[in-house]
Amino acid sequence: MKKVLLGNEAIARGAYEAGCRVAAGYPGTPSTEILEAMAHSYPEVKSQWSCNEKVAFEVAAGAAIAGARSMTTMKHVGLNVAADPMFTFSYTGVTSGFVIINADDPGAWSSQNEQDNRHYARAAKLPMLEPSDPHEAYSFTKLAFDLSEQFDRPVIVRTTTRISHSQGVVDIGERKESELREFPINPQKYVMIPAHARPRHKFVEEQLEKMREYSYTSGINRIEKGKTKRGIITAGISYEYVKETCPDDNILKIGMMWPLPDKMIKEFASMNDELFVVEELDPFIEDYIKALGIKVIGKEIIPLCGELNSDIVDSALNGKKHSNSINPYAGTIPNRPPSLCKGCPHALVFNAIKKLNLIVNGDIGCYTLGVLPPYNAMHSQGCMGASVSMHLGFEKAWGNALARKSVAVIGDSTFIHSGITGLIDIVYNGGTGTVIILDNRTTGMTGHQENPSTGKTLLGDPSPELNFEALCLACGVKRVVTVDPIEKENLERVLAEETAAEEPSVIIVKRKCILKK
Amino acid sequence: MEKNIIFCGVGGQGVILASKVLMETALRAGYDVKESEVHGMAQRGGSVECCVRFGTKIYSPLIAKGKADYVVSLELLESLRKIEFLSDEGTMIVNDFKIDPVPVQQGVLEYPQDIKDYLNANVNNLLIAETESVLKEIGSQKALNIVMLGILSNYLEFSEKEWLESVKVCVKEKFVEMNIKAFLAGRSLKK
Repeated sequence: MKKVLLGNEAIARGAYEAGCRVAAGYPGTPSTEILEAMAHSYPEVKSQWSCNEKVAFEVAAGAAIAGARSMTTMKHVGLNVAADPMFTFSYTGVTSGFVIINADDPGAWSSQNEQDNRHYARAAKLPMLEPSDPHEAYSFTKLAFDLSEQFDRPVIVRTTTRISHSQGVVDIGERKESELREFPINPQKYVMIPAHARPRHKFVEEQLEKMREYSYTSGINRIEKGKTKRGIITAGISYEYVKETCPDDNILKIGMMWPLPDKMIKEFASMNDELFVVEELDPFIEDYIKALGIKVIGKEIIPLCGELNSDIVDSALNGKKHSNSINPYAGTIPNRPPSLCKGCPHALVFNAIKKLNLIVNGDIGCYTLGVLPPYNAMHSQGCMGASVSMHLGFEKAWGNALARKSVAVIGDSTFIHSGITGLIDIVYNGGTGTVIILDNRTTGMTGHQENPSTGKTLLGDPSPELNFEALCLACGVKRVVTVDPIEKENLERVLAEETAAEEPSVIIVKRKCILKK
Repeated sequence: MEKNIIFCGVGGQGVILASKVLMETALRAGYDVKESEVHGMAQRGGSVECCVRFGTKIYSPLIAKGKADYVVSLELLESLRKIEFLSDEGTMIVNDFKIDPVPVQQGVLEYPQDIKDYLNANVNNLLIAETESVLKEIGSQKALNIVMLGILSNYLEFSEKEWLESVKVCVKEKFVEMNIKAFLAGRSLKK
């Protein structure tokens, strides 16, 4: 049956049909809707938001090793957090199918960087499939479960923003229940002490070669013959731009990004007089081809930074510039940067911080918008949880006096994700700084996901509410205050008092997100 | 055959739902459909857009410059950002409504006063839609997206019945009635 689905909904559908039993992830644009769709439409799958990507990865890996088909979902920077388990569960392999959905964000539409996670497949020696449209997002996810079992490998499916957040026609099928396989008692496979890891490393390399062989004959990579002697090697969303702009050229479409198909690449190169690679971000395919000793043009003409589109590809490959004959508007068009919503509780906090002229170590969430006017109240920010630990670093660099005029600012979900370890570090290592937990009762930026402090799970079931006060006290912080930001004077007073105190403190600013019903 | 439509506006105006209804209608008519949208940080009060393409076979979910058959802008200023995507024969439908961007609210930049003059002088096929009274009648500002879709529907090949079927499929049940009203109100606004 044909349906219009968002790339992320198509991934959920593919996993569902493949008999996926457990799915765990952490919200992050552009990956979030996969588990939301799963929870909403497919109750047969035990879906959950975990505290962070590492935990989600391990929950899903655990389920797969225990014998259930499982999936984990995250955005590109989330895989950094989950990289530790990924590298070693590559060695153990699986009992039942295990699929890792990784969503990259070229263009950094809603991310702190544009990292190209294809490198992870190579580094962790894991197979990676890369769909080009929502239908392939569906069919590749489904296939990934079979490949995972056939080759005893976790399989990564890599999407990008324009796959995850584009809609297209998907020809869906029915769910096929998967068997719950018995967990084999096999420490040589599942306990990675050095003596077990060394032989597993050999196994990993052998399996990759077997998958390379598979990629030649399975149709996952394909050569589309055109009418010219120009060959273009491409994958993912870039394939669509190539098809749009170079319909007469020969195309090698890579569906399995790792391991890459040496033989097919050589065969394709010999068919053509000139060879190009069109890929977003890094020259991943290009460098590989060059290492095979084949002459190819790639990043000389295709940008290294930002997203591609058919305008860019048409200009680079065909020298064509698209435009219309309408006179452009001559005046200044004011830009429309994202901003905190009207009535957002975070805004009240940034106003108070600004009044006290504090240095702010910030974090990842809606409140990162505190960096923009009119607040201009954020001075460092890098990754989930960094505000708290960097805050200690600032103090270590400049001494306690700096802690008197600075704060760390972090949201509820981000604090649970990886702020808590930083707080323990502050207490343990003699820090005296103030951490503000912006508790707006939801995971805001990604669109209101539940988390351990909201009292609900992804499926809407009740769960115990994480108690931030008790948690911070248990970490050894003696000064823990909860305030409502609409009591402005109180907020300012508490902020002044706590930053002045010569010991670590936590201010929990509690008020529901204005968009939350 | 291929048709390219850009919906643009400000985060929260509902461009995604409008494009969803259009896609459903095109799919039911047997076309291939692709669309691209923006989520996450960019949505928080920022400029948003949805590109919808339908036809015999569609590859890119994005629309190239100068190739949009229709640009439907839910806000005046946003139409200026998409003007380079409109084809020379293309039609622009603009909601006569302003939302001040943050730099304007802060007095750093001015909201251009001459947008309508510029559009009238430079865009051959232009419809500036007065939706305020229609929305008042419907009783919800939130119906704007579907009102604008209703206006667009006059330019596309699908029948009223086909459109309404899609509205029913795409919209939450309790809002179906309001959105049908909105669609028909938009559709009756003159071409």
